[in-house]
Amino acid sequence: MLAYIVRRILYAVPILVGVNLITFALFFFVNTPDDIARMQLGQRRVTPEAIEKWKAERGYDRPMLFNPEARGVQKLTDTLFFRKSVSLFWFDFGRAEDGRSISHEIRLRMGPSLAIALPMFLVGLGCYVTFALGLAFFRGTSLDFTGVVLCVAAMSISGLFYIIGGQYLVSKLWNLVPISGYGDGVQAWRFVILPALIGVVGGIGASTRLYRTIFLEEMSKDYVRTARAKGLSERRVLFGHVLRNGMIPILTGVVVAIPALFIGSLVLESFFGIPGLGSYTIDAINAQDFAIVRAMVFLGAVLYIVGLLLTDISYTLADPRIRME
Amino acid sequence: MSGLDTLLQVRELRTVIESPLGAVRAVDSVSFDIRAGETFALVGESGCGKSLTALSLLRLLPDAARIDAGQVLLDGEDVLSLPEWRMREVRGARMAIVFQEPGTSLNPVLTVADQLIEVLQRHGAANGDPLGHARALLEQVGIPDAQRRLHEYPFQLSGGMKQRVMIAMALAAAPALLVADEPTTALDVTIQSQVLELLRRLQLERGMALLLITHDLAVVSEMAQQVAVMYAGQIVELAPRARFFSAPAHPYSQRLFAALPGGGEGRGRPLATIPGSVPALAQPFRGCRFAERCDRVRDVCRVRVPELIDVGDATRVRCHLYAPGQVPAAQPPTDAAAASVPADAPAGAARDEALLEVQGLRVHFPIRRGLFKRVVGHVRAVDEIDLRIASHRTLALVGESGCGKSTVGRGILQLLRPDGGRVLFQGEDLAAMPTGQLRTRRRHIQIIFQDPYASLNPRMRVRDLIAEGIDALEVVAEQTQCDPRIDAILAQVGLDAGMKWRYPHEFSGGQRQRIAIARALAVDPRLIVCDEPTSALDVSVQAQILNLLKELQSRLGLAYLFITHNIAVVEYLAHDVAVMYLGRIVERGRVEDVLGGPAHPYTQALLSAVPTLDPARRTQIIRLQGELPSPVNPPAGCHFHPRCPAASERCRIEYPQARTLPDGQVVHCHLYP
Amino acid sequence: MPFKPVILWTDALIFLLVAAIAALAWTVRRDEHLRAPWAKVARSRSGMCALVVLTAFVVTGLLDSLHYRPRLEGTGGAVNYGAEVRSAFDALADGLRTRTERTYSAPLATHAFSRESIERAHGTQAREYPRLRHGGAHLEDPHGERWPDVGRKTLAGAGLALALWTVLAMLLAALLAMRHREGIDGALSDLVHGCTEVPWRAMLLTAGALLAVAGPVWVLAGSYHVLGTDKVGQDILYQTLKSIRTGLVIGTLTTLVMLPFAVILGLMAGYFRGWIDDLVQYVYTTLSSIPGVLLIASAVLLTQVWMDNRPELFETVSERADVRLLFLCLILGITGWTGLCRLLRGEALKLREADYVQAARAFGVRDARILTRHLLPNVMHIVLIAAVMDFSGLVLAEAVLSYIGVGVDPSMISFGTMINNARLELAREPMVWWSLAAAFLFMFVLVLAANLFSDAVRDAFDPRMRSSWALPAALRPAQRLRAGSA
Repeated sequence: MLAYIVRRILYAVPILVGVNLITFALFFFVNTPDDIARMQLGQRRVTPEAIEKWKAERGYDRPMLFNPEARGVQKLTDTLFFRKSVSLFWFDFGRAEDGRSISHEIRLRMGPSLAIALPMFLVGLGCYVTFALGLAFFRGTSLDFTGVVLCVAAMSISGLFYIIGGQYLVSKLWNLVPISGYGDGVQAWRFVILPALIGVVGGIGASTRLYRTIFLEEMSKDYVRTARAKGLSERRVLFGHVLRNGMIPILTGVVVAIPALFIGSLVLESFFGIPGLGSYTIDAINAQDFAIVRAMVFLGAVLYIVGLLLTDISYTLADPRIRME
Repeated sequence: MSGLDTLLQVRELRTVIESPLGAVRAVDSVSFDIRAGETFALVGESGCGKSLTALSLLRLLPDAARIDAGQVLLDGEDVLSLPEWRMREVRGARMAIVFQEPGTSLNPVLTVADQLIEVLQRHGAANGDPLGHARALLEQVGIPDAQRRLHEYPFQLSGGMKQRVMIAMALAAAPALLVADEPTTALDVTIQSQVLELLRRLQLERGMALLLITHDLAVVSEMAQQVAVMYAGQIVELAPRARFFSAPAHPYSQRLFAALPGGGEGRGRPLATIPGSVPALAQPFRGCRFAERCDRVRDVCRVRVPELIDVGDATRVRCHLYAPGQVPAAQPPTDAAAASVPADAPAGAARDEALLEVQGLRVHFPIRRGLFKRVVGHVRAVDEIDLRIASHRTLALVGESGCGKSTVGRGILQLLRPDGGRVLFQGEDLAAMPTGQLRTRRRHIQIIFQDPYASLNPRMRVRDLIAEGIDALEVVAEQTQCDPRIDAILAQVGLDAGMKWRYPHEFSGGQRQRIAIARALAVDPRLIVCDEPTSALDVSVQAQILNLLKELQSRLGLAYLFITHNIAVVEYLAHDVAVMYLGRIVERGRVEDVLGGPAHPYTQALLSAVPTLDPARRTQIIRLQGELPSPVNPPAGCHFHPRCPAASERCRIEYPQARTLPDGQVVHCHLYP
Repeated sequence: MPFKPVILWTDALIFLLVAAIAALAWTVRRDEHLRAPWAKVARSRSGMCALVVLTAFVVTGLLDSLHYRPRLEGTGGAVNYGAEVRSAFDALADGLRTRTERTYSAPLATHAFSRESIERAHGTQAREYPRLRHGGAHLEDPHGERWPDVGRKTLAGAGLALALWTVLAMLLAALLAMRHREGIDGALSDLVHGCTEVPWRAMLLTAGALLAVAGPVWVLAGSYHVLGTDKVGQDILYQTLKSIRTGLVIGTLTTLVMLPFAVILGLMAGYFRGWIDDLVQYVYTTLSSIPGVLLIASAVLLTQVWMDNRPELFETVSERADVRLLFLCLILGITGWTGLCRLLRGEALKLREADYVQAARAFGVRDARILTRHLLPNVMHIVLIAAVMDFSGLVLAEAVLSYIGVGVDPSMISFGTMINNARLELAREPMVWWSLAAAFLFMFVLVLAANLFSDAVRDAFDPRMRSSWALPAALRPAQRLRAGSA
């Protein structure tokens, strides 16, 4: 098992290198630091001196890949690529436009992100699986039909509508929880509950329908007929046989998203004023702070790869066929 | 209770399947009785409704099907009228079922013990020590090392073992009736004989009734006391076994027997075929359902529906040829449909001149592991085999699944590039040829596959399918010659030239196989590799294809490499035979020599396991121990030694070299000096 | 010429797509084998009703894609064309475009939404609700006359709709009668009783419902703002109708961009295996490991900077906005091809072992030919299903991206920009709800129709697809976007 995990981690290295190269190309070749400086300084006040000063303050005044003026190893290390891109590997994200350390900011903001995303994930998974099992149990009846129609309708509604509508209804009209903001400690739940709930509702259509399909697919398999032939009740068949097999694709499908919970969700956080990584990213996008965006891209990729690793591990735990090999 | 009490009475059972074309009466007015302790066989070709009948008895039908009418009386109680919760008490406890596919019928994520104990607990048969009970059940069905197997998952068991577990599950609550739906169809012949023997033994021990559903008449002959033949959703004949096998009454039953290869009369006679196909069941019938295909059809057959009438001798037949109470004369089946198939090609003429010679052919699949995909081992699918085929002749390559016989075919065609050895076609080594040069030789060797539904691209018209080879290999000089050639070839395989504008899905299985043959013939091959070409077909269709292959051989002088597991077909079609075991050939020689006097212990065991129609021809089954080992790690020495009844010390160490017996048989065995 | 036609990049691609679909329809008509699944789509009631609704949207979008620059009434002989690019739709809805108010007004209002200080004739100032410049301007006494006038116009519109609908039904009956060679009353009775193979009756009813809404709106729009106006006084109905084109462009062109990558790389990886497979797998794993929203956001931001630094490339504002839209499609496509590619690679791995591919190889058929004749036709249904299923996700994604600020150009009207501009309006006292409501409603109808239609297509082309589709769906771009952001 350990050897397996080590191997998977080694597999991740070339992928991270690829991500690194892509981000470097995207952020430094499409627009050179000069372009960025011009954009940041505003088109009017641009003088060559101002650009040089801007670059020097932020460490962008080095050659891209190779520094012929430096000596020894520094020919390679004293470059933009090494300083700005390779350094991501040890999570040295540098500083944002306002001079604050990005790594520090990320550590601060992970908590609030997780406070929203984790309950959303767990409650959501529970709800979707329950609803899907219910529909599968009543398959072919009008209840099932109505459920599927509702799912399709729910899928067709923009996520923004759930947010705007939910916020208006619950916070403004009924005054149940604050419209936005975040508090620490015990008070946090008042700020967390609405965005998490809206997140759950937003995914209900697509996920329930998907899981229902998985369960129905599972129910058409031969071993279900065998279970029925044993004289088991439909409930036993569903919970004892179908659920266990159906959860394998479902679990492994959602496990990949677990690490990404740290990043939180962009839109929800910005709407509800949650000081998490999602709103951090949105603010950075709006302020065109590329250092932060770059850091988040890399962090996102790392978390996704961790997610893939967890998926592999959860597969081996959930499916004896893979565990035994 | 005496053993002859009626246990199950099925009365006028009708099951329909809802389809876009209307309700299909897949089971129509089926009635039969099963007595306690007897084996009742329900026989028929695919689509005749036999499996649906079985599922109807237990009310386990798929969603699209429903029981429309009828009664199923178990000990006098109509199970069709029971509420679902009462029916659940019947399923598993009084009636149990074993399905065809042991591979998919067990829950993959539960252990054997979980699945066994579930039944015990459901029906209150656990008696305090469910685990012990489960182990006892496994031992009863002959699973060695039951204690360990209890805690294994289905994927860790072989196919035969899984079917034993299925049987153990079915037996757990000691049912009075066991329904076995094609229980051995997915298994190899040596495993099949073990499972059939197990079923026979358990039935005797427990006095349990067995409803055996199968398409294989030979299995029926070995197992059943009562036989019912189904055709197009109805029972057409119902008779005691001896009566049925000595003188089948219904014309359909008679034709089925005549279509079987290896019926004893031998190879000169073409097989009888049944023209046409099973009628669509969505229509109402005004006459006999078999009338359109019957060689003894009369006017009355088309206007009046025949009843199932008692013709004496405990036999009931649904046919206008018989009057109630009349004992039918055992009429020999007429061979109207059997066209004249020319006698075998002159045997001696081409014997010395090898068209294809395979020397030391080796196909290994690397197993890669680890970060850099290191090769950690090889699946030795084909390991150093020698073959020789002369033109005009058929070499049958026989073996059980996983022995590598299909890989040999692909290796010869260079679809898989061999890892060693030579494939000499007319003296040229195909294995050493560069791709460009090989392309020009491709037209000489062609292939026909097992599944006619998978071997034709569903998106191409018949014309394009056949033209593909003609175009790729530039068989005709000009495009204008292409279509006449296609028409001629279609005629050769018995299809209408007008059919070339249609798509494969519009054809039946047998017609599709003809198209596949036409596709191969289109490039004028000298040798055709036939990879189980009839295994997916029903007996009556198989007969058509075998006749066609034989006719083409004598007309065009083709040579066949016929890959099969069906010994009866080998006996009918082949001149020479080679037997494969775990990637190697253990014995080869002329068909009459090898089948008549098998020399290798494996061949002996294989042949003894083949069920036969004629009880007189039955020999003592040689039971093989254990299972087929993995070709990744074949046993040292002779691959067969761990299972061989005659293995000696030498067999464990040294692989036996080829020995030629006086009559020309070549055998790899230390038993022969 | 009174105008100069302008073909924007996305216009060209859209018409290319229309031509491609027409060509496809032509081949499908001739080929009975391809026709069969489409015939099944045509029998699906929900699918065909959705198609009617989609057609209405597509016609609007296509009209909005015929662009031109109007000739200016200049002095002297020189011919000058306006800098503003308009479309055929703008010409049809010229009234909607030009009749702007000063700021917010409620649907069908005659007075502005908020009080303004107005200088009376005698120099006194008063704060009151001023009359609108256009909304209900024809009324003498708005308070008494407005509702009767609205009612009258609605009735007139309904009458118009009924007349149109009757003509449509008659035309259809005549067509059916001609095709089935029967009398027109026979065809009509079939229609009325709903016993036609294609669910014409349901489709007619859907078209009737659409007309019943469109007719009154059409008549009312002549003198009112049916859906009100926004902050700068622009008509909301006009904006929602303009948004349709943006949604359609994103939903279709993205797929068009993505397909070649996914199909070519996926099939090659699965068929050739070896190093090609390793490379393709590496590329798509790497790309898909970057969270979709972030990759799209960075790419869009950087493109934006690139365009900002090169203002000389674009002649008009519309051109600029259009190029940005095209870039957005490109970026969405390039980041989104991985899911389909993975699916096709798996399918190609299976198909390369299929007996008919083996048979072709036994003939020595060349690889390129096997790929195009045997593999491609047998995965086309997957490609088609992917294309129609991605559409609705992409329309929804556009709204989210524009909200984040990495969507279309702010000057381009789209559902996303509408929502983005109106995001704070619910918090106003009194609340301004109509522009959000209109955007969400139109988007809902469009996406629902697309979802229903894609379900019909999926069921017809591969009912068993549901299973193999289940897992990769979670990885596809639209889903990833929604999962990552909503």
